[in-house]
Amino acid sequence: MKSVKKHNLISRLTLSSLAFLFFFSINLSAQGDAAKGKKLFNANCAACHKLDKKVVGPALGGVTEKRDNAWLKAWIKDNAAFQKVDADAKEAAAFSPASMTAFPQLSDQDIDDILAFTSAPPVKKVVKATTDNVESTNKPENKDNTLTYILGAIMFVMLLMIYNLYRTVIEMKDDTKSKNLSEQLKSVCDAFKANKFLHFLLLIFFTLLGTWFVFSWLFQVGVDQGYQPIQPIKFSHKIHAGDNKIDCQYCHSSAKHSKTSGIPSANVCMNCHKNISEVAEDTKIVLDGITYGKEALDKEIQEKLYTAVGWDADKLEYTGKTQPIEWVRVHNLSNFVYYNHSQHVTVAGFKCQKCHGPVETMDEVYQFSPLTMGWCINCHKDSEIDMTENGYYKKIHEQLANKYGVEKVTEAQMGGMECGKCHY
Amino acid sequence: MKRVIKNSIVLLALITLITSCDKSKRKPNLQYMPNMYESVSYDTYGENSIYSNNMASRLPVEGTVARNSELPYEYENTIDGYKLAKAELKNPLDSTKIDFKKGKKLYDIYCISCHGKKGDGQGELVKREKFLGIPNYKDRDITEGSIYHVIMYGLNMMGSHASQLTEEERWQVVAYVQQLKNN
Ligand code: HEC
Ligand code: HEC
Ligand code: HEC
Ligand code: HEC
Ligand code: HEC
Ligand code: HEC
Ligand code: HEC
Repeated sequence: MKSVKKHNLISRLTLSSLAFLFFFSINLSAQGDAAKGKKLFNANCAACHKLDKKVVGPALGGVTEKRDNAWLKAWIKDNAAFQKVDADAKEAAAFSPASMTAFPQLSDQDIDDILAFTSAPPVKKVVKATTDNVESTNKPENKDNTLTYILGAIMFVMLLMIYNLYRTVIEMKDDTKSKNLSEQLKSVCDAFKANKFLHFLLLIFFTLLGTWFVFSWLFQVGVDQGYQPIQPIKFSHKIHAGDNKIDCQYCHSSAKHSKTSGIPSANVCMNCHKNISEVAEDTKIVLDGITYGKEALDKEIQEKLYTAVGWDADKLEYTGKTQPIEWVRVHNLSNFVYYNHSQHVTVAGFKCQKCHGPVETMDEVYQFSPLTMGWCINCHKDSEIDMTENGYYKKIHEQLANKYGVEKVTEAQMGGMECGKCHY
Repeated sequence: MKRVIKNSIVLLALITLITSCDKSKRKPNLQYMPNMYESVSYDTYGENSIYSNNMASRLPVEGTVARNSELPYEYENTIDGYKLAKAELKNPLDSTKIDFKKGKKLYDIYCISCHGKKGDGQGELVKREKFLGIPNYKDRDITEGSIYHVIMYGLNMMGSHASQLTEEERWQVVAYVQQLKNN
């Protein structure tokens, strides 16, 4: 009996593997080109379907196992019409209130290609070792070391001077052999004490140096050039505005007609991040010399951004529970100065980079310009106004050109140096 | 003599002390008179602890319309609303007010990263495979009403772009999209 059973098992095995082969070959015969299918899928279906996750429509990975080929073709070509004649289709349509677009333009071959793509085994994602994702909390911050270097250099020069002095003294006396070290030093000191001119020089030198240091220090008080606060979300301008070439004004949309440029509200982020819930394998940012890879960045989106807007990524709906993202302000003019973005962006037509520097290369924004009065005034002196665009300026341009006897008028001549334009 | 040396040493020490103050890029710099620098009134994105979420900027009270602002959009964010807008909503700008240069400029800011320069669905995000499934305008049966409706509310995976554009700007974009579709 045992042997029979075994025989049975073997035959079942062969049978099923035969069936499998058969199934596979049928599948092959109906199979399209998965590579072409991917292209078509990305162009037509990816807005509403993913393979492994429901989005607007259901996940499509392995639909060919659930539905037969003819049904799928009928559905994809015109699902609204198909629903009227097929009970299964009517049931499928109950999936969501959104309805699927009809695709009469796809040929049978196209659909086979797409279906081949949906049933191709997903490529296993290789998760890289996470060593480069570690956050270390106690890394020392970059300090501005230039001054220390300068001081060091000065000390070095001083030592050289003393050494030279010492050499001269020795040469003058020319009796080095007879004296020991302390006596030698003493003789140097004596020579130094005796030389009044050297005292004078030193005094002047130190006074000038001191003044220079004190003034350069006083002048940078209140200037925040280089200020780079830590932001609540590791949002990278390099990835958004640089790599993906999103226009600055897509997010800073009030720059074109208001005083402030505005920080985008989270609904603007969600225009993309409803769909982009994770970043690609090779996306990474570098803050303070530490690299953050996919793992850390996915958390920034899924935990921080989604929590702030109250987006439930599983159910794909808003929960209504929101909380503000507290971005830390970088640029901050004093309250007694009036600065207006639309005047400079829309009217004068400057690129943002002119004042904010290469933001599209920054993983973390810092203040590029000093934002001092001198900085504003210098640019007003240098900028020539394009007055060809509107009628109002044409008239005033002529009058001003006559007044100053020049062809073009700078902003300073237009009144960009009047205190009241900026302080009132 | 001694005095000179002593003085210079003291001076040197003082300078070193002052200039070597830790000037971290993470903290704002010292200020002379902060009380004249900081705004007394609430700043655009400032905090205001009166409100539950601490935000100084508020939404308009429901059911009110600010002076000089656009009137509320009447069509609903449903498939029926979409169909209705598609059928009857018309561009209020006449041909003299439609400015394709302006429309293009706005389109190149707000739509180009997904829909591409020519409206063929080949924007930068699509080319880099970050955001897929953007339709070609030519494959879609769209009217000025439906385009406007889609900008107002979005559609499935496309989000609403109403907060980034004013009413007039939206219609300029609509005109430009129609031009892209028809060429
Ligand atoms: C506008 C969004 C949208 C697009 C684009 C779209 N679909 Fe769909 N699809 C849906 C929705 C929504 C459903 C669920 C049925 C319903 O609610 O009407 C669905 C259902 C389906 C189903 C049935 C799944 C089942 O087993 O019930 C298939 C198959 C399908 N889509 C394939 C495709 C293919 C292939 C493409 C590209 C050529 C595509 N879809 C493009 C929205 C879309
Ligand atoms: C995807 C949306 C997005 C895009 C595109 C974008 N930004 Fe930003 N920007 C933000 C957010 C969010 C912040 C606040 C967080 C921060 O400071 O990093 C910000 C902050 C800034 C700040 C600092 C504001 C402050 O607090 O003083 C400047 C300056 C800036 N952006 C300039 C630009 C420029 C220039 C471009 C185009 C090259 C650009 N942004 C593109 C979203 C964006
Ligand atoms: C002429 C120089 C100049 C240009 C051009 C410019 N900015 Fe600014 N920007 C400033 C100054 C000055 C501030 C500080 C304003 C303040 O504190 O009131 C600022 C502040 C900001 C802020 C902080 C929030 C705010 O509005 O106070 C953002 C964001 C910003 N700029 C983005 C942009 C973008 C985007 C562009 C291009 C469309 C741009 N800027 C063009 C000078 C400029
Ligand atoms: C126009 C589309 C778009 C908008 C708007 C947008 N993002 Fe992104 N975001 C992307 C893309 C594309 C990526 C990169 C995905 C990848 O590399 O795979 C990304 C990546 C990210 C990341 C991970 C990488 C990084 O920068 O640290 C974060 C966090 C993020 N976005 C936050 C935001 C926030 C916050 C906003 C709103 C101020 C926003 N995004 C608006 C398209 C967008
Ligand atoms: C990159 C050059 C540049 C910088 C930097 C700059 N401005 Fe201007 N500004 C201009 C130009 C050009 C105009 C004239 C725009 C026009 O009317 O055509 C202008 C116009 C103005 C006006 C209107 C003047 C008038 O005649 O009505 C004010 C106010 C102003 N700027 C303030 C500032 C302040 C405050 C700063 C510094 C925080 C600043 N600007 C920095 C170039 C600059
Ligand atoms: C183009 C715009 C502009 C014009 C014109 C201008 N200022 Fe200023 N002023 C500024 C800015 C910006 C600051 C802020 C500098 C800072 O915070 O470091 C400032 C700062 C000052 C301060 C220093 C206040 C302090 O405590 O730091 C004084 C004083 C001042 N301005 C006086 C004047 C006078 C007087 C005039 C007319 C001759 C004038 N300003 C014209 C932009 C302007
Ligand atoms: C973040 C990417 C993204 C941006 C930015 C974007 N769209 Fe879309 N758009 C989409 C997607 C995805 C669809 C397909 C929606 C669907 O049919 O499910 C779409 C569809 C459309 C359609 C066809 C809708 C229909 O009735 O079939 C129009 C018209 C349109 N977009 C206009 C615009 C305009 C105008 C802008 C700029 C203001 C814009 N889009 C910006 C992603 C985007």
